Amino acid sequence: MSATIDRNATPVRPYQSDFLREVEREVEGGEWVKMCMQCGVCAGSCPFGPHWEHSPQKLFMMIRAGQRDEVLTSDSMWMCTSCYNCVVRCPRELPITTIMHGLATYSHRLGLAPKMQPTRDFSLRFVDNFTRGGRVNELKLTLGLYFKDGLLAGIRKGWEMRYVALGLLKAGRLNPFELFGGHRCKDVKGIEAMLAKAHEIEQRRAGAKH
Amino acid sequence: MAKKEYAFYPGCSSQLKASAANYLTSTQAMCKTLDIKLTTIPDWNCCGASISYTGASQLTRHVLNARNFALAEKHLPGQDVVATCAACWLNARESKEKLDVDRQFLADANEALKAAGLQYQGRANIKHMVEVLIEDFGYDQLAKPVVKPLGGIKFAGYVGCQTNRPFGIAGESFENPMYLDKLVETVGAEPLSKYDQKVTCCGGALAFSEPDKSQKQIRDIVESAYDHGADMIVTPCPLCQANVEVYQAEINRKQGTKFNMPVTYYSQLMTVAYGGSVKEAGLDGHLIQPTKLQALAQKT
Repeated sequence: MSATIDRNATPVRPYQSDFLREVEREVEGGEWVKMCMQCGVCAGSCPFGPHWEHSPQKLFMMIRAGQRDEVLTSDSMWMCTSCYNCVVRCPRELPITTIMHGLATYSHRLGLAPKMQPTRDFSLRFVDNFTRGGRVNELKLTLGLYFKDGLLAGIRKGWEMRYVALGLLKAGRLNPFELFGGHRCKDVKGIEAMLAKAHEIEQRRAGAKH
Repeated sequence: MAKKEYAFYPGCSSQLKASAANYLTSTQAMCKTLDIKLTTIPDWNCCGASISYTGASQLTRHVLNARNFALAEKHLPGQDVVATCAACWLNARESKEKLDVDRQFLADANEALKAAGLQYQGRANIKHMVEVLIEDFGYDQLAKPVVKPLGGIKFAGYVGCQTNRPFGIAGESFENPMYLDKLVETVGAEPLSKYDQKVTCCGGALAFSEPDKSQKQIRDIVESAYDHGADMIVTPCPLCQANVEVYQAEINRKQGTKFNMPVTYYSQLMTVAYGGSVKEAGLDGHLIQPTKLQALAQKT
């Protein structure tokens, strides 16, 4: 792990010729990047196409060109909705969804991801939410999101969404008591121990890699 | 004895008073008619969903699913695991594919599972409820218990993403899967033949983090259903259902549209066709009322 942090502390250089190897080593699915043949089908298949600057095709070429900073600070991979449309259409069968998630995660690990990126924030909230009790607490997840920019902003957002909340409540699809507990696994302790062990194993493997 | 038995993995949204509570209700009613015995995996946990990638590492995500498999193997040996949620199914299946081909990864996962007193043996299989219906029963079998054909109701079969990609239902195309339309026909209703948003993404979890971008997707999905004369949308995915139903009011408020298109589950259609009540079909669980279906369920 320490090797990657040192690497990040080195002065900014626009091109780094070993960036592809870095991606292959550090990014989930990264070993597939070199297989891209630049056809652009992924770019034309993405539902959030109008909202990113760099298509997967572009990111893959930028990785090969060694444009490390531009790739790792890009907002584009955070636009992945996990729809898998690019994956099933890719003639080379690259697991593009996995690679986009992997690039986003790597840029987050290095502290290079855009700070206010809302999907990064939501992903972290989601994991924090379900690891506490083993299952998602939908009410706490939603309220946490509404109130992330402070109390006033939260109240405003809650007021805006009041009809949705009341509708769900009336339909029996929202439980106000989730705020005080809600659905949980019985063996939360076991799950915690299991996740701690998984973390330990991954640290061990990362150490062996460097 | 029940005809078929499965280890049931309902997932976080299909719990009592959760966002897809009515999916759970109607699934139970549908399975009762088909003589399917669903036994919930004791103490199952969240699959991690697709959105957990930043917060949860690769091993963490797969270990979570391995725990559910291990619990199913321990308590419900020999039964296939069946999920109703698209994301639960996709993530469990992704995990299974990784665990079953990578020996080192499996050893790591089992080392972590041991801390919870469990072991994954690679025996449990994972299916989506739609696969159970189509592959273990088949359309002809599913048509037999129909007592109230849904004649005259037009459904836009909105398949969405994750029950269709990357795995999908065997024998179906990714671009134009037909199974949902065939299920609609099986219960005597009319599927739209030219619904062009059938496999469009609703934004998924990004409906929370990127609401405006996702609502643009949802607008297309609803608009096309109107354009082709649908009475309702039907879907196999709980997140598609929630996003497409719940945000119509938001789109109306922001964009001045007058959307009021009900969004239902295939399990609700089947429950009504099998003679189930409004309550059994979870038709009391909507923000936009599927009135035609409710009326039919009430008719004796």
